[in-house]
Amino acid sequence: MQKHFMELADFLTSQMRGDEVYTSYLTAEDSDFVRINHGQIRQPGSVSQANLQLRLLQGKRQCSVTVGLIGDLEADKAQLRAQLHDLRELLPHLPEDPHLLINESVDNSEHIETNELPTTADMVDNILKESTGLDCVGILASGSNYRAFANSFGQRNWFSSHNFNWDWSLVHSVDKAVKSGYAGKEWDSNVFASKMKDAKAQLKLLARPSKTLKPGSVRAYLSPVALSEILDLLSWSGFGLASHKNKTTPLLGLLEGNQRLSPQFSLQEDVVGGVAPDFQSDGFRRPSQVSLIEEGRLSGALISPRSAKEFGAQTTGANGGESPDSLAVTAGDLPTADVLKELGTGVWIGNLWYLNYSDRTAGRMTGMTRFATFWVENGEIVAPLNVMRFDDTIHRMLGSELEALTVERDLLLSASTYYNRSTGSSRLPGVLLKDFAFTL
Amino acid sequence: MAHQLKEKFKSVCPAGVSFASLRYVQETTEVIGMRRGVLEPIDKTIDRGVMVTVFVNGGMGYAATADLTESGLKKAFSKAMDWAHRSNGKMVFDPSTLNMPHSTGTYRSTVQRGWTDVSFSEKLDLLRGIDEALPIDERIIDWSSSLMSVRTESLYLTNEGGEVHQEWEMLAPDMMAVAHHEGQTQKRSFGSRGISQQTGWEVFDRVDYRDAGPRIASEAIQLLEAPDCPTGNMDLILMPDQMMLQIHESIGHPLELDRILGDERNYAGTSFVTMDMFGSFQYGSDLLNVTFDPDVPEEFASYAFDDNGTPAEKSYLIRNGMLERPLGAAISQHRSNMAGVANSRACSWNRPPMDRMANLNIEPGDKSLDELVASVERGVLMHTNTSWSIDDSRNKFQFGCEMGELIENGERKGIVKNPNYRGISATFWKALKGVANRESFEVLGTPYCGKGEPNQVIRVGHASPACLFGNIDVFGGA
Repeated sequence: MQKHFMELADFLTSQMRGDEVYTSYLTAEDSDFVRINHGQIRQPGSVSQANLQLRLLQGKRQCSVTVGLIGDLEADKAQLRAQLHDLRELLPHLPEDPHLLINESVDNSEHIETNELPTTADMVDNILKESTGLDCVGILASGSNYRAFANSFGQRNWFSSHNFNWDWSLVHSVDKAVKSGYAGKEWDSNVFASKMKDAKAQLKLLARPSKTLKPGSVRAYLSPVALSEILDLLSWSGFGLASHKNKTTPLLGLLEGNQRLSPQFSLQEDVVGGVAPDFQSDGFRRPSQVSLIEEGRLSGALISPRSAKEFGAQTTGANGGESPDSLAVTAGDLPTADVLKELGTGVWIGNLWYLNYSDRTAGRMTGMTRFATFWVENGEIVAPLNVMRFDDTIHRMLGSELEALTVERDLLLSASTYYNRSTGSSRLPGVLLKDFAFTL
Repeated sequence: MAHQLKEKFKSVCPAGVSFASLRYVQETTEVIGMRRGVLEPIDKTIDRGVMVTVFVNGGMGYAATADLTESGLKKAFSKAMDWAHRSNGKMVFDPSTLNMPHSTGTYRSTVQRGWTDVSFSEKLDLLRGIDEALPIDERIIDWSSSLMSVRTESLYLTNEGGEVHQEWEMLAPDMMAVAHHEGQTQKRSFGSRGISQQTGWEVFDRVDYRDAGPRIASEAIQLLEAPDCPTGNMDLILMPDQMMLQIHESIGHPLELDRILGDERNYAGTSFVTMDMFGSFQYGSDLLNVTFDPDVPEEFASYAFDDNGTPAEKSYLIRNGMLERPLGAAISQHRSNMAGVANSRACSWNRPPMDRMANLNIEPGDKSLDELVASVERGVLMHTNTSWSIDDSRNKFQFGCEMGELIENGERKGIVKNPNYRGISATFWKALKGVANRESFEVLGTPYCGKGEPNQVIRVGHASPACLFGNIDVFGGA
């Protein structure tokens, strides 16, 4: 794939006329996807896809097209030649773009991982064996992921990774289930067996009679996975400069200076600690870290090249949507081993689900508990909890009611496969809350 | 292309299979948008490829590729065959006992003036007119408008002569205005692509897009000045652009048979509906009539055949409140031994089909909207979804809208901001006490329904009149 992309990049460079400039961005994968239900295979298959965004620029005019690459060099040259023709036809009809910003300084990079993956079929056999007698449901995604950038200034960036992500649940009954994940570059059947053992232990807890809470306030612990759901919602137009400028960010209270989160809470876009490429689709490299919230105060924003030009700021190499790829929350001082003891009596929440805003710019959000969530009394798990709806503000959850963050942080690799396999991740601690508002 | 693919399929289709198919999809998406007087970068995507699927003994497999040469298809079949052999005897259902359809037929969207028949300058002029109409006040701090065009062609071939050729043309216009003043922000939109239809340029004769800018902006300003939505249990009228979401989340998803069969329990979730409830469960009041209807010409997810080649026809899922039929396609019907509908759908060539919603509609009633309003002593009327959250069984929900109107003593008393409501699907629809007639009936749709592993985002259509619900938990913001 790398050779193919580089040859197409050289071809496109050779096709430029006069002061024309091109940029191109590749998103490609060779992936296997195997769905499991009831400990058996539901849908097994493979997907090979490569999409190239080609942007043609002349002066301050630009237009682009994304095409699926065929894989044959001459056939792909032919379709790119045809697309260039169409872009050239359109370009003169477009007005100048005052927000156009491109990177003219060549900044090459190469990230190539060795492929240590076993065959997907072997991993599936291991999964089916460990799932014997269990109601196991989930998805194994495995294979190679590619991202690349090239332009007519000679810049070339290449990223390839080879990994698996087995995202699964062991179901006790109906909606009572334990959700787990195992992702990495090398499949180790002993590690997987250990993770299954942990999941089975939690499954036994789900067999106890469940408890239904009345709406109201409770003391609560959010696991790193549960915290990631809150941050995922905030990532939807929360951290980008455009959402700050048009005042639609849920962090509006912080932006306008009349709200502050807990001094314990600091958040960064941690490119160097994540697994995503360190370049974006316009060819800008991303700094190793961008501070977003520092000790509870807004300290920065994700800034796309377009926003940088529009608002006179320095780009952070953010994508067009200005959403993070590699969030990290600074660790606290609560050992995870002490969480139940410190929680005392309250709710231990393994997962949250389907979050959305009750009042976006007030930072108020709602969502459900899901999967393994337990009622705890005097530091002991007593009963699984029937699903509850929360409705609370970030100013409380990450501010006034935040009691402690755990020392340990989990690296959570995204299992998202919308359009293509995600390269996103987050590194998060768990959060102990003095008070958490359930409403339904 | 169709003829070439048919020949190649005949040539490379492997022997020794009980079933084989090739599904070709080519889709061209164009988005033209303008924000604050600046044309956004033109975005065009041309996506093309095939998925081949085989059933061999007790196994199955698929493979997707953009390489449409004979050798490319051969490699794809080889991968699919490998999966079929490796999954033999390990499947959650036995493909060898399943008779897949081998249909023939065609479908084409009804379009009078296609996207490519309209000049670029005409499209630009439309957006420029809206862009100039939106900033009516200095408190409008951001605004934008856009047109999304999607043209899709699919060809579905099977090893026993099945051949289905379908072509769709779709258009989704949108606009929004953000108003801000003294620390408060309000946004009004044209539905965030909620008015997505199979159509050409004539959509602008059906929906009030050209002249909607001043109204959208004015409502955003009015929301800044409006009181918060009241809190309490009261009557609730949902306009079609919120009914769309209500139908989708608390009828559509819970009735998907693959969810009921457990396929989605690790991701999209399960369902409070169980198989034994069909035919006996009173889902809503006797005013509730819900149909799977692939025959509405302008509706977003109309088609003649689903992605497994099953002919599609209108079916009642809920009739007079009684739950009759799930949203389950051929494979789910086989697994559950239940009748369903033709709703096996994939978002593109690179994802396998599964049970999806397509068009899911509420049949109109016999009251005018004015009569519904007149019957409310105290309540809120809500427009345009902005927030949606529901549990993984599709039962406990909380939804929010862009704008509300207070109703007192049968009259609309003015705008209220941040309107939200909560409920439980299993009981919410029983509180349906009024269904408006065709005067308020709107054909809507969205490109953004997410589900499945691997994940898929797909188009769905929802048509509904305004509906009245009694004694609903309503509340405001902050």
